[in-house]
Formats: sequence, C-alpha cells, structure tokens
Amino acid sequence: MRKMLIRKTLIQKTLIRTVVSTLAAVCAGILPLAAASPSAPFTRGEELLVERAAIGRPGGRLVVALRAEPRTLNPIVVTDAPSREVIGRMAADLIHINRLSQGTEPALASAWTRSKDGREYTLTLRKGVRFSDGHPFDADDVVFTFKALLDPRVGSPNRDLLIVGGKPIDVKKIDAYHVRVALAAPYAAAERLFDSLAILPRHLLEPALADGTLQDAWTMQAAAGSIAGLGPYRLKEYVAGQRLVLERNPYYWKVDASAHRLPYIDELVFQFTGSEDAQVIRFQSGESDVLSRVGADNFNLLSKTQTSRGHQLADLGPSLEYNFLFFNQNDLSGKNLPQIAAHQRWFNDVSFRRAVSLAIDRDAIVRLVFRGRGVPLWGNVTPGNRAWQNTSLPRPARSVADARAMLKAAGYSWQPDGALVDRQGQRVDFTIATSATSAARTEMATLIQADLKELGMNVRVVPLEFRALLDRVVETFDYDASILGFGGGDADPNGEMNVWLSRGTNHYWRLNQTAPATPWEAEIDRLMKQQLVTLDPRERKHLYDRVQAIIAENVPFVFLAAPHILVGARGDLANFQPSVLDPYTLWNVDQLYFKGARASGRR
Amino acid sequence: MRRTTWIVRGLIGLHLVILLAGFAAPYDPAVQSRTVPFAPPARLHIVDAQGQFHLRPFVYALTPDADGEGYSEDTSSRFPVRFFTHGARYSVVPGFESDLHLFGVDAPARVSIAGTDGYGRDVFSRVLFGARVSVMAGLLATLCALVVGTALGTLAGFSGGLVDRLIMRTADVFMAVPWLYLLFAVRAALPLHIDTRAAFLLLVTVLGVIGWARPSRMIRGIVLSAKERAYVLAAQGFGAPPLYVLRRHVLPHTYGVVLTQAGLLVPQFILAEVTLSFLGLGVGEPEASLGSMLGTLQQYHVLASYWWMFAPAVALIGVAAGYHALTSFGHERARLVAS
Repeated sequence: MRKMLIRKTLIQKTLIRTVVSTLAAVCAGILPLAAASPSAPFTRGEELLVERAAIGRPGGRLVVALRAEPRTLNPIVVTDAPSREVIGRMAADLIHINRLSQGTEPALASAWTRSKDGREYTLTLRKGVRFSDGHPFDADDVVFTFKALLDPRVGSPNRDLLIVGGKPIDVKKIDAYHVRVALAAPYAAAERLFDSLAILPRHLLEPALADGTLQDAWTMQAAAGSIAGLGPYRLKEYVAGQRLVLERNPYYWKVDASAHRLPYIDELVFQFTGSEDAQVIRFQSGESDVLSRVGADNFNLLSKTQTSRGHQLADLGPSLEYNFLFFNQNDLSGKNLPQIAAHQRWFNDVSFRRAVSLAIDRDAIVRLVFRGRGVPLWGNVTPGNRAWQNTSLPRPARSVADARAMLKAAGYSWQPDGALVDRQGQRVDFTIATSATSAARTEMATLIQADLKELGMNVRVVPLEFRALLDRVVETFDYDASILGFGGGDADPNGEMNVWLSRGTNHYWRLNQTAPATPWEAEIDRLMKQQLVTLDPRERKHLYDRVQAIIAENVPFVFLAAPHILVGARGDLANFQPSVLDPYTLWNVDQLYFKGARASGRR
Repeated sequence: MRRTTWIVRGLIGLHLVILLAGFAAPYDPAVQSRTVPFAPPARLHIVDAQGQFHLRPFVYALTPDADGEGYSEDTSSRFPVRFFTHGARYSVVPGFESDLHLFGVDAPARVSIAGTDGYGRDVFSRVLFGARVSVMAGLLATLCALVVGTALGTLAGFSGGLVDRLIMRTADVFMAVPWLYLLFAVRAALPLHIDTRAAFLLLVTVLGVIGWARPSRMIRGIVLSAKERAYVLAAQGFGAPPLYVLRRHVLPHTYGVVLTQAGLLVPQFILAEVTLSFLGLGVGEPEASLGSMLGTLQQYHVLASYWWMFAPAVALIGVAAGYHALTSFGHERARLVAS
C-alpha cells in the first residue's frame, strides 16, 4: 500500500513536472528573449579566451544519443565513456590538447613555462574566471583538485598518471594566479598530462575531501545546484532512464571574435539508447542531432539517405584504434591448463607468429569488416597518429607460400590431409576468443579462421560475453588467442606505456612479469622509459620508432586494421569539426551553432 | 485426405533436399568469396544485353560498384546455368563423398540464387546445410524427448503410487526451471572450445532432456484412464501379465498423442535450436545453422539493407508449417482411430 502511494505521488510529481516544463517550453517559444541562462556581463580584468572559429547564432538545443546511461557526474572518479562525454562538457582543464592539431594549447592556464631540467612547470591562470555557479576560480582550486586526484582514499583512475619518477607530482600555489608543478623526474610532454583533468570547485567539495567522501560526491542523483564546473555547460536536470539536460554556463570564459560569450547553443540534451544500432535509428529519424562514431556498415546505410534527410556525414580517416590478434604467452606454471600449455609451444615461437601474420589477408578485413573504411596495420601506431607513426616499418603483402616456407623452416610439417603438425606431431589446432558484442572483431576472427586454414591450421572462433573474455585474458589465462583493440586515448606514446612495458597492466600476451621475459621486451622497457624522460621531441620520436620496429619484428600482437572515424550531424549544425581523437564530435561544443531559422526553444 | 498426403509428400521432399544438401547446394557453405560480400541474389537472364534470346538461362559475373556498396553485372560474357556440374567436395554420409552438384555456373561468375552473406558465402547453400543441422537437431531431440517421455509417463501412470508421484514431481521441476539461464551457466562451465559434432550432440541432448516432461504428463493421463477400462481389468482378471496388458491394451491408446506430440515438438525444437544458436550456444562458425544465420539479422544494417538475409527465416517457416500441417493430419487420424 505504501509502495503504491509513493508511486502515485511520483507519477503526480512527474506529471506536474512535465506540465511545467512543457509550459516553460511554450513560453520560451513565444518569447525567445526569455531564453535560459543569459550570459553574465563581463567584469573588469576578466581574461577571456577568444575563439577564432566562424561567428555563430545563439540559441537552439542539441540532442545527443549516448550508447548507455552515464554512471556518475564526478569528474575525479569517472571511468565510463558516457559519463566522460557528459562531464567533459561541464568541465575544463588547465592545458588542453587541441583535437584537430593534436598539439597543446592554453585553457584555464593562459601560459606556462618549463624549467631547463624539465622538472618544474609554472602555470599562469586566467584572471576573473568564474565557476558555473558564479564563484571565482583561482590557484586554490587548482591545488585542491590535485590534492583530490592524488588522495588514495578517492582512488581516482588518473592517480597513477600523476605519479612521476615514483613520487606524486607536487602542486604549490605561488599566488592567486600562479601555481608551480614539480616533478620528481623529468617527464616528456608533461603538459599533456593536464588535458581533460577537470578543475574542481574547492568551495563546494572541500568538506567532502576532508571527510574522505569525495569519491561518493556528485552522483547521478546530485542536485543541479550542488554541481559547478568551468566547462561551457552546467547541469539542468537528470531524469533517470530518459535524459540528462545541460544548460549553457553563463560565466564561461571563452568568447567569439565578436566578443559574444560562448557557447551558442542553449541546451544540450543527452538521451540514452542501448546500442549503436539504436543510436543510428534515432539519428536517422531526426530524434538526435549528432552521431559520435559509428561502424562503417551503419555509416554506409546513412549515406544512402544523406541528402534526403539533410545529414552531414564525415569520414575522418584512420582512428588511433588498433585491432590485433594475440596469443596466450603467459607463464602458466601454477595454473592447471595443460592443453593451453601444450599450445604455447607454438605461441612462444616467433616464426609461428610471423607466419600467422603473413597469412592474414588484412585487405580483406578492411574491405569486408570496415567496408573499405579502414586501413591495414603492421604496427601499433596507426596513420591517424600523424606525429608518431614509424612510416618505415615493413608492410609485407599477404603470402601463404612464404608463410608455409617459414613454418617449414621452423620444423612444422603437413599431414596428407593438409593439416599442419609441429615437431612433436601435434596438430596445430587452437581457438580465437572474441567479444560477442563486437561484431567487427568476430568477423575478423572468422576471416582469419579461413586464412589460417590455408596454412593447415584448424582455428575455431568462440564469441564470449565481453567480461567473460576479459576475465580469461587477464585473470585465468584460460584461452589460446584473442582479438582485441586498443587506442582512442592520447596520441602521445606515454599513453601506451601500460601496454608495452613488461610489467604493464595491458601487456596482454604475457602479464604479471617480474622481470622481462625476453631480451626484446627488456629492450622495449629501456626505450620506453628513456623516451619518458627525454625532452627533445625528435629524440623521443627516434626512440619510439625503434620501439615500433621491435614490436613489428617480434609480433607479440598481430596487428590487423584500424577503422576510420565515422561521424555525422544534422546538416544545419555549423562549426562542426569532428576529430579522430576522443571526443570525436563534441570537443568544440562551445563553438557549435545552428544555421538558419532555428530559434531558441523550438522543439 | 488428399490435402494431407500432399503435405506429407512435400515434407518428405523438403527433407530429401535438406538431407542431400551437398548435392542441391551449388557451393561449399563455408567457403568465402571475398570479392562479393552481400551480393544480391543472382539474376537469371534469358535475354542478353544485345537483346538476343537464349533458351538456357544464364547469369553475368558481378563487379563491385565504385562506392563499395552494391554490384553491377558485367555483360561482356554470359555464363549459362549448367546441371550436374562438378564443384566443391561434400559428404552425403560419412565415407561417401562426391563433388556432383545439381546446378552451377562456370567461374568466375556465381549463381547465388539467395545472394551472399558478409563473407561472400552462398546463402542458399548455407540455408540447406544449416537446415540439415537444425532439422536434424529437431528430429533427434524429439525422438529423445518422446522415448523418455513415453517410458516415464507409462511407468508413472501404470504403476501409480510413490513411483508416479516421484516421476511427476520431477517433471514439474523440469518444467519450472528457467532453462535459458541455466544453459548460459552450462555453456560458461564447459571448455572454451567444443567441436561442432559435440556441440550438436549437446544441443540435441539439452533439448531432449528439457522436452520430456510435457509429453510424459500427457501419456501418464492416457495410461491412467486406459488402465481403468473394463477390458483391461478383464484381461488382468484373466491373469494377463502387466507387460502384456501394457503392450496389447494400454499403449495403443497413446499412439495418437505421441504422433501429435511429435508433429508439435519437431518445429518447437527447431525453433529452440534457433534461439540457442542465436544466443551463441549452438554450432560455431564457419558451420551454418538456421539459428546462427538469423543471428546476423540482429545488426541493423543487415536488417535494413540486405533483404535476402531473411532466407533462413523463410526456410524455417516452410519447415514449421509443414510439421504443423502434419500435426493436424495426426489429429484427424487419432480421431478416426478413437471413433
């Protein structure tokens, strides 16, 4: 009975809320002047950042369909992509990586200097900037943010990044608008660390940090008034399971060339769908305005109706995501996995891995899986990463004959029925586990299955639920081979440290190493650690080129292909400049605007 | 009566085609033709590009369009459809191999009468081979379920008492268990790779084990009512042994029900195989089953762009409709016998 009563009042409340919001929308439509959150007047000494993009028209509302519901609004503990997408629009960082140039640019820090030894940075903060609740921002907020990021009780996923040379970075206030950041060891491109680290409002969160409850603050249930940030938007309302609405931050610190305070668009509405297909259907029917990253199949589907529906679709070229096949080379002593241990005779043999790599038809993967919207790969750095790709890596064309010769030289032979057997007479027979939710990777596995059959290998493809797959790869080691993909983070090699360092948590082919298992892994460790402390960019590139060459030579991962970044938006969305770096479409949301007659509050 | 014989003939024909899938299918169901992914069904022509008429139907080779979507026909050379051609090897029964196919065309053209899938595999061939797996699984599982169901149902109904209660409560439990979730758990506990034959047997066993409860309850009911009939009691009174009574007087009453149940269970189990394969619990790639083929329709772009990928659904409807017709035929027969 009580339950029913509660539900009844809830229904009444939502009803009232709906009526009120509809009324509000109607009023806004009639009186466009009464648009939400008018810009705050400029104050004396306010250091604004002037954006040089085309000058737009204010107003309107942008609807974005997210693949899943965000889990938190707390920038410091966020890990999932939907939450990051939302929080990124409400927060700002000190130094920002420009998503188009892939270089750094000033954000809340208007300038910075680096000491000669590369261990000390002095940041000059923008004066007169205010949080979205009107409270002024200064060096105390910066110091507070780093204190929170480094507090072990908070458990921020970014904490490890901020431990340089074994010690947490030290952020000190010099005066209200200057901070000094000291590192225990030189760290190449340290300014890139600041990208996407949201500056928190000390005035709102200091008590929570003192209590040790910061990690639980700003949940999805948090009231709009209790959250403030420095990004272009601030929280307006959240209806669980339906939508999350952001409104423009009237105090935002960027203006356009005509001194109009950004952003242009009044409201940002995030809807929640279950899958990419659902996102595509909503976009196709006009229910959402922007499509961040779709698969090639859906992209081609949309391009058929592009002109009739007035969409702008963009193929941005290769992403930073690299897909790879890898074999289980983990140390299985102490695990009861005799079958897989027997298969490791092949997996640990570099000739075997090279032969597999040589027999894979990468062009077919690009053509069939990515419908031509992808590039074949022979290394971990894709052509999408312009600054860091080693372009001189060998790119051997597919050759079954060469692969067979390689296997023969390594002591493998063939039985009369064509099956490949190793020196001990065991048939080469293994399983590729893939994620059932990723149709693309399962398709790659099915193509590889047919490719390797030509070498006489009997390969089976087993799609598994993603968590079950990950559990096998990182915990139980109960698998032969798998196909996964990495990338999508920063273009800088430092983001790849946890993959290539022999103790790295993503060093999937052989995890939990106490000492490098092979000389070449030791060499990669040395080179990666050296590039980390090398300040000269050209010298770093040289070191990272060498790392890429060693990886390509020893094939711990058999690189397959990188998909293109494919995005779309309504035709009348202007200043739409998607990038191959995450977030692909909304990184310049403060500059987006609607061309034409779309006044505020319509829709 | 005439109508039903036609249904039976049609069903037998369908099963023959499915059984001889290797002969009826022009291609190996697992071979990928990577130049023609998602090619639409081949168009059979009798009039060529010059407007000339040809008695023997022919196809043209396909060339992909520049945008990578869709194909156009290369009308420079004709490829007539030939019958009894030699192509990919297949085995009809283990030990007997052949490479004779009912029809085909010369390479490089292909006669994919139901188009190709995302790997360029022939959908028609895959439907035939897939139906072989699905229908065979349905038939074997039905046999399994009915044998177990009849045996236990008869035992329960005839002996009564504790045995009856024990069997029927077990049947209740079997009907109450949420099988789908249990199957997921079972699949997760099994080793990563199960070879196709083992997966197939597993499928049949699972379906049979799940399916015995319902028929066993019905059979028990019939046995219960039959054993109270006057002539059964009379036979027992004359000292007929229980097995004789069972065989001679009781079991014949159940034949109608068993037949009807068979007609109902076969399509039901075929559909169950589809569900299980759809969820990744059936035979794995590159082997085909109707369920795994329908699984690709989960992707929106396939659903929206490639209508020929519905071919397995059409086959499924045909087979299921045939069996349902057979069931009503069985009903009529049962009524005739009863009267």
